[in-house]
Amino acid sequence: MSALLDVEDLRVTFPTRTGLIEAVRGVSFSLGRERLGIVGESGSGKSQTGRAIMGLTPPQARISARKLAFDGIDLLGISPRERRSLRGNRIAMILQDPKYSLDPVMSIGRQIVETLRTHEKVSKAEARERALAMLEAVQIRDPKRVFDLHPHEVSGGMGQRAMIAMMLIAGPEMMIADEPTSALDVTVQLDVLGILDRLVSERGMGLIFISHDLRLVSSFCDRVIVMYAGKVVEQLKASELGQAQHPYTRGLLNCMPRIGFERHPLPVLDRKPEWAA
Amino acid sequence: MTSAITVDGLEVIFDRFRALKGVSLEVRSGESFGLVGESGSGKSTLLRAIAGLASVASGSITVNGKTLGARRDKAFYREVQMVFQDPYGSLHPRQTVDRLLQEPLAIHGFADGEKRIERALDEVGLGNGFRFRYAHQLSGGQRQRVAIARALILEPSILLLDEPTSALDASVQAEVLNLLEEVRRRRKLTFLMVSHDLAIVTHMCERLMVMQGGEAVENLTAAQLVAHRVTEDYTRNLLRASEGFVRV
Repeated sequence: MSALLDVEDLRVTFPTRTGLIEAVRGVSFSLGRERLGIVGESGSGKSQTGRAIMGLTPPQARISARKLAFDGIDLLGISPRERRSLRGNRIAMILQDPKYSLDPVMSIGRQIVETLRTHEKVSKAEARERALAMLEAVQIRDPKRVFDLHPHEVSGGMGQRAMIAMMLIAGPEMMIADEPTSALDVTVQLDVLGILDRLVSERGMGLIFISHDLRLVSSFCDRVIVMYAGKVVEQLKASELGQAQHPYTRGLLNCMPRIGFERHPLPVLDRKPEWAA
Repeated sequence: MTSAITVDGLEVIFDRFRALKGVSLEVRSGESFGLVGESGSGKSTLLRAIAGLASVASGSITVNGKTLGARRDKAFYREVQMVFQDPYGSLHPRQTVDRLLQEPLAIHGFADGEKRIERALDEVGLGNGFRFRYAHQLSGGQRQRVAIARALILEPSILLLDEPTSALDASVQAEVLNLLEEVRRRRKLTFLMVSHDLAIVTHMCERLMVMQGGEAVENLTAAQLVAHRVTEDYTRNLLRASEGFVRV
Protein backbone atom coordinates (compact mmCIF):
# COMPACT_ATOMS: atom_id res chain seq x y z
CA MET A 1 0.00 0.00 0.00
CA SER A 2 1.53 3.31 -1.08
CA ALA A 3 1.15 6.04 1.47
CA LEU A 4 -1.21 8.87 0.63
CA LEU A 5 0.10 11.03 3.41
CA ASP A 6 3.45 10.93 5.15
CA VAL A 7 3.97 12.84 8.38
CA GLU A 8 7.32 12.80 10.11
CA ASP A 9 8.21 14.75 13.22
CA LEU A 10 5.43 17.34 12.82
CA ARG A 11 5.63 20.24 15.27
CA VAL A 12 3.24 23.15 15.74
CA THR A 13 4.36 25.97 18.03
CA PHE A 14 2.35 28.98 19.21
CA PRO A 15 4.12 32.08 20.48
CA THR A 16 2.37 33.49 23.57
CA ARG A 17 3.14 36.26 26.05
CA THR A 18 4.66 33.72 28.41
CA GLY A 19 6.81 31.96 25.83
CA LEU A 20 6.42 29.29 23.19
CA ILE A 21 3.74 26.64 23.53
CA GLU A 22 4.24 23.44 21.59
CA ALA A 23 0.80 22.12 20.74
CA VAL A 24 2.11 19.29 18.56
CA ARG A 25 5.49 17.85 19.49
CA GLY A 26 6.95 15.50 16.93
CA VAL A 27 4.05 13.51 15.52
CA SER A 28 4.79 10.87 12.87
CA PHE A 29 2.41 8.60 11.01
CA SER A 30 1.43 7.61 7.50
CA LEU A 31 -1.97 7.15 5.94
CA GLY A 32 -2.98 4.86 3.11
CA ARG A 33 -6.46 4.43 1.69
CA GLU A 34 -7.82 3.54 5.07
CA ARG A 35 -9.66 4.97 8.04
CA LEU A 36 -7.29 6.30 10.66
CA GLY A 37 -8.55 7.60 14.00
CA ILE A 38 -6.72 10.20 16.05
CA VAL A 39 -7.93 10.20 19.64
CA GLY A 40 -7.05 12.40 22.57
CA GLU A 41 -8.50 14.72 25.17
CA SER A 42 -8.73 18.48 24.86
CA GLY A 43 -5.30 20.00 24.48
CA SER A 44 -3.69 16.81 23.19
CA GLY A 45 -2.91 18.41 19.82
CA LYS A 46 -5.19 16.19 17.74
CA SER A 47 -7.04 19.04 16.06
CA GLN A 48 -3.87 21.05 15.46
CA THR A 49 -2.38 18.00 13.75
CA GLY A 50 -5.36 17.88 11.39
CA ARG A 51 -5.27 21.61 10.78
CA ALA A 52 -1.55 21.59 10.04
CA ILE A 53 -2.07 18.92 7.35
CA MET A 54 -4.93 20.93 5.90
CA GLY A 55 -2.95 24.17 6.07
CA LEU A 56 -5.37 25.93 8.40
CA THR A 57 -2.98 26.71 11.23
CA PRO A 58 -3.28 30.34 12.45
CA PRO A 59 -0.62 32.55 10.82
CA GLN A 60 1.23 33.33 14.05
CA ALA A 61 2.00 29.66 14.68
CA ARG A 62 5.14 27.97 13.43
CA ILE A 63 5.03 24.58 11.73
CA SER A 64 8.01 22.38 11.15
CA ALA A 65 8.34 18.79 10.03
CA ARG A 66 11.04 16.53 8.67
CA LYS A 67 8.43 15.44 6.16
CA LEU A 68 4.85 16.46 5.45
CA ALA A 69 3.98 14.99 2.09
CA PHE A 70 0.64 14.37 0.44
CA ASP A 71 0.91 12.05 -2.58
CA GLY A 72 4.56 13.01 -2.95
CA ILE A 73 3.88 16.78 -2.75
CA ASP A 74 5.82 18.55 -0.03
CA LEU A 75 3.03 20.50 1.69
CA LEU A 76 5.37 22.87 3.52
CA GLY A 77 7.38 23.69 0.40
CA ILE A 78 4.60 24.76 -1.98
CA SER A 79 3.11 28.23 -2.37
CA PRO A 80 -0.12 29.29 -0.67
CA ARG A 81 -1.79 29.29 -4.09
CA GLU A 82 -0.84 25.68 -4.75
CA ARG A 83 -1.94 24.81 -1.24
CA ARG A 84 -5.33 26.41 -1.94
CA SER A 85 -5.77 24.39 -5.07
CA LEU A 86 -5.29 21.19 -3.05
CA ARG A 87 -7.67 22.25 -0.31
CA GLY A 88 -11.25 21.30 -1.06
CA ASN A 89 -10.12 19.59 -4.25
CA ARG A 90 -7.81 16.73 -3.27
CA ILE A 91 -7.90 17.18 0.51
CA ALA A 92 -11.17 17.96 2.26
CA MET A 93 -12.12 18.66 5.84
CA ILE A 94 -15.33 18.25 7.83
CA LEU A 95 -15.64 20.32 10.97
CA GLN A 96 -17.54 19.70 14.17
CA ASP A 97 -20.57 21.92 14.10
CA PRO A 98 -22.44 22.75 10.87
CA LYS A 99 -23.94 25.75 12.69
CA TYR A 100 -20.57 27.46 12.59
CA SER A 101 -18.83 25.91 9.62
CA LEU A 102 -21.44 26.62 6.95
CA ASP A 103 -21.90 30.12 5.56
CA PRO A 104 -25.08 31.44 7.24
CA VAL A 105 -26.02 33.87 4.44
CA MET A 106 -25.67 31.51 1.49
CA SER A 107 -28.07 28.74 0.54
CA ILE A 108 -26.77 25.20 0.97
CA GLY A 109 -26.93 24.51 -2.75
CA ARG A 110 -24.94 27.61 -3.66
CA GLN A 111 -22.22 26.65 -1.18
CA ILE A 112 -21.86 23.23 -2.76
CA VAL A 113 -21.85 24.66 -6.28
CA GLU A 114 -19.23 27.21 -5.24
CA THR A 115 -16.88 24.46 -4.07
CA LEU A 116 -17.28 22.56 -7.31
CA ARG A 117 -16.83 25.57 -9.60
CA THR A 118 -13.74 26.72 -7.73
CA HIS A 119 -11.96 23.52 -8.65
CA GLU A 120 -13.52 22.40 -11.91
CA LYS A 121 -14.65 24.15 -15.08
CA VAL A 122 -18.30 23.17 -15.27
CA SER A 123 -21.41 25.01 -16.44
CA LYS A 124 -23.87 26.33 -13.88
CA ALA A 125 -26.52 23.84 -14.94
CA GLU A 126 -24.15 20.89 -14.67
CA ALA A 127 -22.87 22.08 -11.29
CA ARG A 128 -26.43 22.24 -10.03
CA GLU A 129 -27.14 18.73 -11.31
CA ARG A 130 -24.05 17.37 -9.60
CA ALA A 131 -24.82 19.18 -6.34
CA LEU A 132 -28.31 17.67 -6.33
CA ALA A 133 -26.91 14.22 -7.01
CA MET A 134 -24.43 14.67 -4.16
CA LEU A 135 -27.18 15.75 -1.76
CA GLU A 136 -29.01 12.59 -2.72
CA ALA A 137 -25.88 10.53 -2.09
CA VAL A 138 -25.78 11.76 1.52
CA GLN A 139 -29.35 10.52 1.90
CA ILE A 140 -31.17 13.82 1.88
CA ARG A 141 -34.65 12.83 0.82
CA ASP A 142 -35.77 15.99 -0.92
CA PRO A 143 -32.57 17.43 -2.44
CA LYS A 144 -34.36 20.07 -4.55
CA ARG A 145 -35.92 21.63 -1.45
CA VAL A 146 -32.77 21.44 0.68
CA PHE A 147 -30.70 22.99 -2.16
CA ASP A 148 -32.45 26.34 -1.62
CA LEU A 149 -32.53 26.28 2.19
CA HIS A 150 -30.14 28.26 4.36
CA PRO A 151 -28.11 26.54 7.09
CA HIS A 152 -30.29 27.87 9.93
CA GLU A 153 -33.34 26.22 8.36
CA VAL A 154 -32.02 22.67 8.66
CA SER A 155 -31.31 20.40 11.64
CA GLY A 156 -27.81 19.56 12.84
CA GLY A 157 -27.81 16.15 11.19
CA MET A 158 -29.01 17.59 7.90
CA GLY A 159 -26.41 20.38 8.09
CA GLN A 160 -23.65 17.86 8.65
CA ARG A 161 -24.84 15.83 5.64
CA ALA A 162 -24.76 19.00 3.53
CA MET A 163 -21.22 19.60 4.78
CA ILE A 164 -20.20 16.08 3.75
CA ALA A 165 -21.81 16.62 0.34
CA MET A 166 -19.86 19.85 -0.08
CA MET A 167 -16.61 18.20 0.88
CA LEU A 168 -17.06 15.19 -1.38
CA ILE A 169 -18.26 16.97 -4.52
CA ALA A 170 -14.79 17.69 -5.86
CA GLY A 171 -13.85 14.04 -5.36
CA PRO A 172 -11.03 14.39 -2.80
CA GLU A 173 -8.56 11.59 -2.20
CA MET A 174 -8.12 12.38 1.46
CA MET A 175 -10.57 13.65 4.02
CA ILE A 176 -9.94 14.97 7.51
CA ALA A 177 -12.99 14.81 9.77
CA ASP A 178 -12.55 16.75 13.01
CA GLU A 179 -15.19 15.58 15.49
CA PRO A 180 -17.75 15.28 12.67
CA THR A 181 -20.52 13.92 14.86
CA SER A 182 -19.88 15.32 18.34
CA ALA A 183 -22.55 18.02 18.01
CA LEU A 184 -25.21 15.52 16.94
CA ASP A 185 -27.65 13.31 18.85
CA VAL A 186 -26.56 9.70 19.24
CA THR A 187 -29.01 8.19 16.76
CA VAL A 188 -28.28 10.88 14.14
CA GLN A 189 -24.59 10.34 14.83
CA LEU A 190 -24.83 6.76 13.57
CA ASP A 191 -26.69 7.78 10.39
CA VAL A 192 -24.03 10.33 9.53
CA LEU A 193 -21.22 7.89 10.29
CA GLY A 194 -22.91 5.28 8.10
CA ILE A 195 -23.02 7.73 5.17
CA LEU A 196 -19.42 8.76 5.71
CA ASP A 197 -18.33 5.14 5.94
CA ARG A 198 -20.06 4.13 2.72
CA LEU A 199 -18.79 7.08 0.70
CA VAL A 200 -15.24 6.72 1.95
CA SER A 201 -15.04 3.03 1.11
CA GLU A 202 -16.84 3.38 -2.26
CA ARG A 203 -14.45 6.08 -3.37
CA GLY A 204 -11.35 4.53 -1.85
CA MET A 205 -10.46 7.64 0.08
CA GLY A 206 -8.08 8.01 2.97
CA LEU A 207 -9.84 9.27 6.09
CA ILE A 208 -8.42 10.85 9.22
CA PHE A 209 -11.09 10.79 11.91
CA ILE A 210 -10.29 13.06 14.83
CA SER A 211 -12.29 12.53 18.01
CA HIS A 212 -12.21 12.49 21.79
CA ASP A 213 -14.36 9.36 21.89
CA LEU A 214 -12.04 6.37 21.90
CA ARG A 215 -14.81 3.82 21.78
CA LEU A 216 -16.63 5.42 18.85
CA VAL A 217 -13.38 5.76 16.90
CA SER A 218 -12.41 2.17 17.48
CA SER A 219 -15.77 0.97 16.19
CA PHE A 220 -15.40 3.08 13.04
CA CYS A 221 -11.71 3.12 12.07
CA ASP A 222 -9.15 0.54 10.96
CA ARG A 223 -6.29 2.01 12.94
CA VAL A 224 -6.10 4.34 15.93
CA ILE A 225 -3.45 6.82 17.06
CA VAL A 226 -3.71 7.95 20.67
CA MET A 227 -2.30 11.40 21.47
CA TYR A 228 -1.38 12.91 24.80
CA ALA A 229 0.18 16.34 25.38
CA GLY A 230 1.11 16.82 21.72
CA LYS A 231 2.68 13.42 21.25
CA VAL A 232 1.61 10.04 19.93
CA VAL A 233 1.64 7.67 22.90
CA GLU A 234 0.31 4.62 21.08
CA GLN A 235 -0.62 3.38 17.60
CA LEU A 236 -2.70 0.28 17.27
CA LYS A 237 -5.24 -1.57 15.19
CA ALA A 238 -8.79 -0.68 16.19
CA SER A 239 -9.62 -4.35 16.61
CA GLU A 240 -6.80 -4.72 19.14
CA LEU A 241 -7.87 -1.86 21.37
CA GLY A 242 -8.51 -4.34 24.17
CA GLN A 243 -4.82 -5.17 24.21
CA ALA A 244 -3.69 -1.54 24.46
CA GLN A 245 -0.34 -1.26 26.22
CA HIS A 246 -0.06 2.37 27.24
CA PRO A 247 -1.61 3.18 30.65
CA TYR A 248 -3.16 6.36 29.19
CA THR A 249 -5.05 4.44 26.49
CA ARG A 250 -6.19 1.87 29.02
CA GLY A 251 -7.18 4.56 31.52
CA LEU A 252 -9.16 6.41 28.86
CA LEU A 253 -11.04 3.23 27.93
CA ASN A 254 -11.67 2.32 31.55
CA CYS A 255 -12.95 5.59 32.93
CA MET A 256 -16.08 5.71 30.77
CA PRO A 257 -19.24 4.29 32.31
CA ARG A 258 -20.58 1.34 30.32
CA ILE A 259 -24.01 -0.19 30.34
CA GLY A 260 -23.85 -3.56 32.05
CA PHE A 261 -20.46 -3.02 33.71
CA GLU A 262 -21.12 -1.66 37.20
CA ARG A 263 -18.14 -0.01 38.82
CA HIS A 264 -18.46 2.34 41.79
CA PRO A 265 -16.47 4.52 41.95
CA LEU A 266 -15.29 4.74 38.35
CA PRO A 267 -11.57 4.23 37.86
CA VAL A 268 -9.89 7.60 37.29
CA LEU A 269 -6.82 8.46 35.28
CA ASP A 270 -3.68 8.80 37.31
CA ARG A 271 -1.65 11.07 35.02
CA LYS A 272 2.08 10.44 35.09
CA PRO A 273 4.47 13.26 34.18
CA GLU A 274 6.57 10.84 32.12
CA TRP A 275 3.70 10.35 29.62
CA ALA A 276 4.24 13.91 28.43
CA ALA A 277 8.03 13.61 28.40
CA MET B 1 -40.84 6.05 51.16
CA THR B 2 -41.80 9.71 50.86
CA SER B 3 -41.60 11.51 47.60
CA ALA B 4 -39.13 14.37 47.08
CA ILE B 5 -40.44 15.66 43.78
CA THR B 6 -43.87 14.98 42.29
CA VAL B 7 -44.68 16.40 38.87
CA ASP B 8 -48.18 16.00 37.55
CA GLY B 9 -49.39 16.77 34.03
CA LEU B 10 -46.78 19.47 33.47
CA GLU B 11 -47.13 21.66 30.39
CA VAL B 12 -44.57 24.24 29.32
CA ILE B 13 -45.28 26.41 26.30
CA PHE B 14 -42.79 28.77 24.62
CA ASP B 15 -44.76 31.14 22.40
CA ARG B 16 -46.82 28.56 20.54
CA PHE B 17 -44.40 25.66 20.91
CA ARG B 18 -45.36 23.00 23.45
CA ALA B 19 -42.01 22.01 24.96
CA LEU B 20 -43.61 19.74 27.57
CA LYS B 21 -46.91 18.01 26.83
CA GLY B 22 -48.32 16.87 30.13
CA VAL B 23 -45.41 15.07 31.80
CA SER B 24 -45.77 13.31 35.15
CA LEU B 25 -42.97 12.06 37.34
CA GLU B 26 -42.25 10.98 40.89
CA VAL B 27 -38.83 11.06 42.49
CA ARG B 28 -38.62 9.43 45.91
CA SER B 29 -36.66 10.96 48.71
CA GLY B 30 -33.01 9.83 48.66
CA GLU B 31 -33.30 8.43 45.17
CA SER B 32 -31.26 9.21 42.10
CA PHE B 33 -33.50 9.64 39.07
CA GLY B 34 -32.39 10.12 35.46
CA LEU B 35 -34.00 11.88 32.50
CA VAL B 36 -32.77 10.70 29.10
CA GLY B 37 -33.56 11.92 25.62
CA GLU B 38 -32.22 13.63 22.55
CA SER B 39 -32.03 17.37 22.02
CA GLY B 40 -35.50 18.89 21.98
CA SER B 41 -37.02 16.08 24.02
CA GLY B 42 -37.88 18.47 26.87
CA LYS B 43 -35.64 16.88 29.49
CA SER B 44 -33.83 20.12 30.36
CA THR B 45 -37.08 22.10 30.22
CA LEU B 46 -38.56 19.77 32.83
CA LEU B 47 -35.60 20.38 35.11
CA ARG B 48 -35.74 24.13 34.55
CA ALA B 49 -39.49 24.19 35.24
CA ILE B 50 -38.90 22.54 38.61
CA ALA B 51 -36.16 25.05 39.41
CA GLY B 52 -38.48 27.92 38.46
CA LEU B 53 -36.50 28.89 35.35
CA ALA B 54 -39.27 28.09 32.86
CA SER B 55 -42.84 29.26 33.35
CA VAL B 56 -45.43 26.54 33.75
CA ALA B 57 -48.60 26.67 31.62
CA SER B 58 -50.49 23.99 33.54
CA GLY B 59 -49.93 21.05 35.84
CA SER B 60 -48.42 20.95 39.29
CA ILE B 61 -45.01 20.48 40.91
CA THR B 62 -44.71 19.35 44.52
CA VAL B 63 -41.37 19.39 46.30
CA ASN B 64 -40.99 17.83 49.75
CA GLY B 65 -44.75 17.91 50.25
CA LYS B 66 -45.22 21.56 49.27
CA THR B 67 -46.98 22.44 46.03
CA LEU B 68 -45.11 25.19 44.24
CA GLY B 69 -46.62 28.42 42.96
CA ALA B 70 -45.38 30.59 40.14
CA ARG B 71 -42.75 32.18 42.37
CA ARG B 72 -40.30 30.20 44.44
CA ASP B 73 -39.55 31.45 47.94
CA LYS B 74 -36.13 31.47 49.59
CA ALA B 75 -36.89 28.30 51.52
CA PHE B 76 -37.30 26.44 48.22
CA TYR B 77 -33.79 27.31 47.10
CA ARG B 78 -32.35 26.11 50.39
CA GLU B 79 -33.83 22.73 49.59
CA VAL B 80 -33.28 22.59 45.83
CA GLN B 81 -30.11 23.61 44.00
CA MET B 82 -29.04 23.17 40.40
CA VAL B 83 -25.77 22.40 38.62
CA PHE B 84 -25.62 23.47 34.99
CA GLN B 85 -24.05 21.91 31.93
CA ASP B 86 -21.46 24.43 30.95
CA PRO B 87 -19.00 25.30 33.70
CA TYR B 88 -17.59 28.01 31.42
CA GLY B 89 -20.90 29.83 31.35
CA SER B 90 -22.27 29.25 34.83
CA LEU B 91 -19.58 30.97 36.92
CA HIS B 92 -19.25 34.74 37.05
CA PRO B 93 -16.04 35.60 35.17
CA ARG B 94 -15.15 38.58 37.35
CA GLN B 95 -15.78 37.06 40.77
CA THR B 96 -13.33 34.98 42.74
CA VAL B 97 -14.37 31.52 43.93
CA ASP B 98 -14.67 32.98 47.43
CA ARG B 99 -17.06 35.71 46.23
CA LEU B 100 -19.07 33.16 44.21
CA LEU B 101 -19.55 30.97 47.26
CA GLN B 102 -20.38 33.89 49.53
CA GLU B 103 -23.33 35.01 47.42
CA PRO B 104 -25.76 32.21 48.32
CA LEU B 105 -24.70 32.51 51.97
CA ALA B 106 -25.39 36.26 52.00
CA ILE B 107 -28.78 35.80 50.32
CA HIS B 108 -29.86 33.28 52.92
CA GLY B 109 -28.30 35.12 55.87
CA PHE B 110 -25.78 32.56 57.06
CA ALA B 111 -23.40 33.90 59.70
CA ASP B 112 -20.70 31.22 59.66
CA GLY B 113 -19.71 31.85 56.01
CA GLU B 114 -15.98 31.48 56.54
CA LYS B 115 -16.27 27.95 57.90
CA ARG B 116 -18.83 26.86 55.33
CA ILE B 117 -16.73 28.00 52.37
CA GLU B 118 -13.72 26.12 53.68
CA ARG B 119 -15.78 23.01 54.22
CA ALA B 120 -17.52 23.21 50.84
CA LEU B 121 -14.24 23.55 48.94
CA ASP B 122 -12.78 20.74 50.93
CA GLU B 123 -15.75 18.53 50.19
CA VAL B 124 -15.41 18.90 46.41
CA GLY B 125 -11.69 18.19 46.55
CA LEU B 126 -10.44 21.72 46.00
CA GLY B 127 -8.14 22.99 48.74
CA ASN B 128 -8.16 26.46 50.25
CA GLY B 129 -5.63 27.46 47.61
CA PHE B 130 -8.43 27.79 45.07
CA ARG B 131 -10.40 30.24 47.15
CA PHE B 132 -9.14 33.46 45.66
CA ARG B 133 -8.85 32.39 42.05
CA TYR B 134 -11.04 33.47 39.17
CA ALA B 135 -12.97 31.04 36.95
CA HIS B 136 -10.60 31.56 34.02
CA GLN B 137 -7.73 30.31 36.16
CA LEU B 138 -9.43 26.94 36.61
CA SER B 139 -9.79 23.93 34.31
CA GLY B 140 -13.22 22.69 33.21
CA GLY B 141 -13.29 19.98 35.87
CA GLN B 142 -12.25 22.40 38.61
CA ARG B 143 -14.96 24.84 37.52
CA GLN B 144 -17.59 22.13 37.72
CA ARG B 145 -16.34 21.32 41.23
CA VAL B 146 -16.84 24.98 42.19
CA ALA B 147 -20.36 24.85 40.75
CA ILE B 148 -21.08 21.75 42.84
CA ALA B 149 -19.62 23.44 45.93
CA ARG B 150 -21.87 26.45 45.32
CA ALA B 151 -24.89 24.14 45.09
CA LEU B 152 -23.94 22.23 48.26
CA ILE B 153 -23.06 25.20 50.43
CA LEU B 154 -26.70 25.78 51.41
CA GLU B 155 -27.06 22.12 52.38
CA PRO B 156 -29.96 21.36 50.05
CA SER B 157 -31.70 17.99 50.05
CA ILE B 158 -32.29 17.90 46.30
CA LEU B 159 -29.80 18.52 43.48
CA LEU B 160 -30.96 19.14 39.92
CA LEU B 161 -28.15 18.18 37.53
CA ASP B 162 -28.37 19.30 33.91
CA GLU B 163 -25.77 17.34 31.90
CA PRO B 164 -23.14 18.05 34.56
CA THR B 165 -20.28 16.34 32.71
CA SER B 166 -21.03 16.62 29.00
CA ALA B 167 -18.61 19.54 28.54
CA LEU B 168 -15.77 17.63 30.21
CA ASP B 169 -13.13 15.17 28.97
CA ALA B 170 -13.81 11.49 29.67
CA SER B 171 -11.20 11.22 32.43
CA VAL B 172 -12.43 14.39 34.15
CA GLN B 173 -16.01 13.19 33.73
CA ALA B 174 -15.19 10.08 35.77
CA GLU B 175 -13.80 12.24 38.59
CA VAL B 176 -16.87 14.50 38.69
CA LEU B 177 -19.30 11.55 38.57
CA ASN B 178 -17.43 9.92 41.47
CA LEU B 179 -17.59 13.17 43.43
CA LEU B 180 -21.34 13.46 42.85
CA GLU B 181 -21.91 9.88 44.00
CA GLU B 182 -19.82 10.48 47.08
CA VAL B 183 -21.63 13.63 48.20
CA ARG B 184 -24.96 11.97 47.57
CA ARG B 185 -24.02 9.06 49.79
CA ARG B 186 -22.60 11.28 52.51
CA ARG B 187 -25.47 13.78 52.58
CA LYS B 188 -28.28 11.43 51.57
CA LEU B 189 -29.24 13.73 48.70
CA THR B 190 -31.92 13.25 46.09
CA PHE B 191 -30.66 13.62 42.52
CA LEU B 192 -32.65 14.46 39.42
CA MET B 193 -30.17 14.19 36.59
CA VAL B 194 -30.52 14.99 32.89
CA SER B 195 -28.23 13.38 30.35
CA HIS B 196 -28.22 12.34 26.72
CA ASP B 197 -25.87 9.48 27.59
CA LEU B 198 -27.59 6.25 28.63
CA ALA B 199 -24.38 4.85 30.09
CA ILE B 200 -23.99 7.79 32.47
CA VAL B 201 -27.60 7.62 33.59
CA THR B 202 -27.50 3.88 34.26
CA HIS B 203 -24.27 4.41 36.16
CA MET B 204 -25.65 7.21 38.34
CA CYS B 205 -29.36 6.52 38.71
CA GLU B 206 -31.63 3.79 40.04
CA ARG B 207 -34.61 4.75 37.90
CA LEU B 208 -34.98 6.75 34.73
CA MET B 209 -37.47 8.19 32.33
CA VAL B 210 -36.94 8.29 28.56
CA MET B 211 -38.33 11.39 26.87
CA GLN B 212 -39.04 12.33 23.26
CA GLY B 213 -40.70 15.39 21.76
CA GLY B 214 -41.90 16.75 25.11
CA GLU B 215 -43.47 13.50 26.25
CA ALA B 216 -42.48 10.62 28.49
CA VAL B 217 -41.77 7.54 26.39
CA GLU B 218 -40.95 5.00 29.05
CA ASN B 219 -40.18 4.62 32.76
CA LEU B 220 -37.49 2.10 33.60
CA THR B 221 -35.19 0.95 36.35
CA ALA B 222 -31.47 0.96 35.60
CA ALA B 223 -31.49 -2.84 36.00
CA GLN B 224 -34.16 -3.22 33.33
CA LEU B 225 -32.12 -1.10 30.95
CA VAL B 226 -28.96 -3.11 31.59
CA ALA B 227 -30.90 -6.32 30.87
CA HIS B 228 -32.30 -4.69 27.69
CA ARG B 229 -35.82 -5.21 29.02
CA VAL B 230 -37.32 -2.19 27.29
CA THR B 231 -40.69 -2.03 25.60
CA GLU B 232 -40.46 1.04 23.36
CA ASP B 233 -38.67 1.09 20.01
CA TYR B 234 -37.33 4.55 20.71
CA THR B 235 -35.53 3.36 23.83
CA ARG B 236 -34.20 0.35 21.93
CA ASN B 237 -32.79 2.70 19.28
CA LEU B 238 -31.07 4.79 21.92
CA LEU B 239 -29.60 1.66 23.47
CA ARG B 240 -28.28 0.44 20.13
CA ALA B 241 -26.81 3.86 19.34
CA SER B 242 -24.98 3.94 22.65
CA GLU B 243 -23.09 0.79 21.71
CA GLY B 244 -21.16 2.51 18.93
CA PHE B 245 -20.92 2.21 15.19
CA VAL B 246 -21.62 -1.13 13.52
CA ARG B 247 -20.63 -1.61 9.88
CA VAL B 248 -23.42 -3.14 7.79
